[in-house]
Amino acid sequence: MTETILSVRDLRVTFETPDGPVSAVRGVNLDLKSGETLAIVGESGSGKSQTTMAMMGLLAANGRADGSVTYRGREILNIGERALNGIRGKKITMIFQEPMTSLDPLYRIGRQLAEPLRYHAGLSARAARPRILELLRLVGIPDPERRINSYPHELSGGQRQRVMIAMALANDPDILIADEPTTALDVTIQAQILELLADLQKRLGMAIVFITHDLGIVRRFADHVAVMRYGEVVEDGAAEALFAAPKHPYTQMLLDAEPEGRKEPPAEDAPALLTGDDVRVTFHLGGGLLAKPTPLHAVKGISVSLHEGQTIGVVGESGSGKSTLGRALLRLTESTGRVAWLGKELPEGIDAMRPYRRELQLVFQDPFGSLSPRMTVGQIITEGLLIHEPTLSRKDRARRADEALAEVGLDPSMRNRYPHEFSGGQRQRIAIARTMILRPRVIVLDEPTSALDRSVQKQIVTLLRDLQAKHSLSYVFISHDLSVVRALSDHIIVMKAGEIVEQGPTDAVFDAPRQDYTRALMAAALSTTRFRTAS
Amino acid sequence: MLGYTLRRMASAIPTIFIIVTLTFFAIRIAPGGPFDLERPLDPLILANLQRAYNLDAPLWQQYLIYLGNLVQGDLGPSFTRRDFSVNDLFAQGLPVSILLGSLALLAAAIMGTFLGAVAALRQNSWLDNAIVAIATLGITTPNFVIAPLLSLLFGVVLGILPAGGWSDSNPAYWILPIVTLALPQVAVIARLVRGATVEALRANHVRTARAYGLPGRVVVGVHALRAAMLPTVSYLGPTAAALLTGSVVVETIFGLPGIGRYFVQGALGRDYTLVMGTVVVIAVFVVLFNLLVDLAYAWLDPRVRYD
Repeated sequence: MTETILSVRDLRVTFETPDGPVSAVRGVNLDLKSGETLAIVGESGSGKSQTTMAMMGLLAANGRADGSVTYRGREILNIGERALNGIRGKKITMIFQEPMTSLDPLYRIGRQLAEPLRYHAGLSARAARPRILELLRLVGIPDPERRINSYPHELSGGQRQRVMIAMALANDPDILIADEPTTALDVTIQAQILELLADLQKRLGMAIVFITHDLGIVRRFADHVAVMRYGEVVEDGAAEALFAAPKHPYTQMLLDAEPEGRKEPPAEDAPALLTGDDVRVTFHLGGGLLAKPTPLHAVKGISVSLHEGQTIGVVGESGSGKSTLGRALLRLTESTGRVAWLGKELPEGIDAMRPYRRELQLVFQDPFGSLSPRMTVGQIITEGLLIHEPTLSRKDRARRADEALAEVGLDPSMRNRYPHEFSGGQRQRIAIARTMILRPRVIVLDEPTSALDRSVQKQIVTLLRDLQAKHSLSYVFISHDLSVVRALSDHIIVMKAGEIVEQGPTDAVFDAPRQDYTRALMAAALSTTRFRTAS
Repeated sequence: MLGYTLRRMASAIPTIFIIVTLTFFAIRIAPGGPFDLERPLDPLILANLQRAYNLDAPLWQQYLIYLGNLVQGDLGPSFTRRDFSVNDLFAQGLPVSILLGSLALLAAAIMGTFLGAVAALRQNSWLDNAIVAIATLGITTPNFVIAPLLSLLFGVVLGILPAGGWSDSNPAYWILPIVTLALPQVAVIARLVRGATVEALRANHVRTARAYGLPGRVVVGVHALRAAMLPTVSYLGPTAAALLTGSVVVETIFGLPGIGRYFVQGALGRDYTLVMGTVVVIAVFVVLFNLLVDLAYAWLDPRVRYD
């Protein structure tokens, strides 16, 4: 039963780049036993994905793999497309991180599911149909007779990932490689997909290679864990042992990377700064010369009151309207209802709002897209000063930039560099410096840590809390990540479909959630129960 | 789909109306008129001529007369070719232009797609570099250079094709004009298809197809190329409109009876109705082909909806 079916020896992956060769994987050894779940854990750039891409012959054109990968004693590394095609899609299958784009948007899912059956099992389209329906039923797609004719865009992200899993199971594989299969999904969907994988593994007995950065998932899912950093496996072993007593300092650091601590509550008598009363946002989709637009109610009458020094955490799944609410509170999107700053209603319109922008700031989720790649860091962070404090001299602006960079923990000498020279965490610090230089009072933080590795997340959370304490800032913190929200917020709003389903002080909501929706969110995000017991 | 098509047609009417209006008044701003010859006409004859063509009426009245005729499908009499109406001229010339243009378009689409796809699949090889280099040459060489060179080589030196002229029944006369019209389009389409295919080959869903061990021809033919066709289809719409309404240069050099030359001749001779007629024809073609492109797009890409 515990035969080793996949064995990786001294695997090296090198990419030829204009700046010379870059090694992504440096001599990795792994063993996978049949029916076992092996988790490969690491932060971005650790080489965990490239390890499996190399096994499957999917490296980019400039990539080269050396070493040895044997499947049931047979070498499969660099054996050529044709020979490899006898194994991949049949004995070893793969699901990817991007459920939205991993299926071909131009074909019905039935046709895509038929392809591996056609080319590996030799089934005609007609003969494959019952098997496809069976697979769709197996992965829990409702109404498969109808869904078999759907295009990928007609399915949700979770359903698309289920279809990918169905494709992976089509030919009864020995090994399923899952490359961050739930990272792009909402937490509740994430839990469903993981449960499905665990259940299928129990029923079908295939081995799973699970690639993830999320130790919470590993703890609940894996039998065996390999921790990767800089293209090397720094520690591996049985999951239980590794979590109980991590040996390598990097593993310890990863395990320790859960955001922790709580925020000091604001003063009892802190004045209300920003208040929203029955805020509603409606988008009109489509429409044209002769067609009527369809209204989409993104925010349906929400009232909030943000006090000085307070953080309101807004949680909810994608599409719940939390970002739209944040933008409406800053008058960055049209809304009805009242939005008031220090008791006075905020005006509409770009020019009328400009004097208020300085005190009402926003930090975005994407630290890669939100900084102009053609401006230096100094230019980026001082741009706001040109508008809000036009009388400052160049020298004063430079001084303020240095202060702001130092405040977010960056070396002021980095002022003349460009954003692409920085890591994701550093870029998010730059984005925060750009905000802080204006000395704002309210900052809407829209998923500021979602794109970052866990260890970096923790640092940003600490930075945000320190800045808040020092300048008595008020935050609206929008996130789907409940552990980060808990570490930062005084008050929590749980949103669903544009409405508040539950709100209250952070601890009260976390300790005793009243709504099923909140409970589902929490269970999915914070549970440590194993999906299945090791066989 | 039928409803969508009809709605699109209906919404084209105001577009064409605006184009007609702007052109009508714009050409009247140009100095001179259709009867200004090198030796001025006798004032009495000129007045008679102008009355015959309603040119003595106030401009707004002429405009209304033109619109009234246009709605009935009458493009009016030609001012400079006195025995012909503009409708007659187009009835003779348009079939020639459409025949040549559509064959050139077809040839360009097939050749361009083939070359572009080959270049993308052999990215950065000598073959890719050669195709890109030739395509760049094709885009940068003007047709008034290509046309005489082809005519000289195949018509005079080799003597295997007519150097110019036209025959409705003998396709030998069609070949050189079609090649001249198609060459630059082959080049543009090859470049477009190459770029789109390179991108499509890197797409996640193509990676999926490879990860599932599908044969190379399925990965490329089924999953990559169809996605790569989309940008090309968008380009083909306006290109079709341009090709099918004739080319001044090609028609002049090969001596073809198409309608492309009317645009220049009409404008230079202040043949108001001829210019207007050409504009209307081109506008209708542009609207029509953009509609066809959108329909083709929706057929190729199920994510596109009619609304």
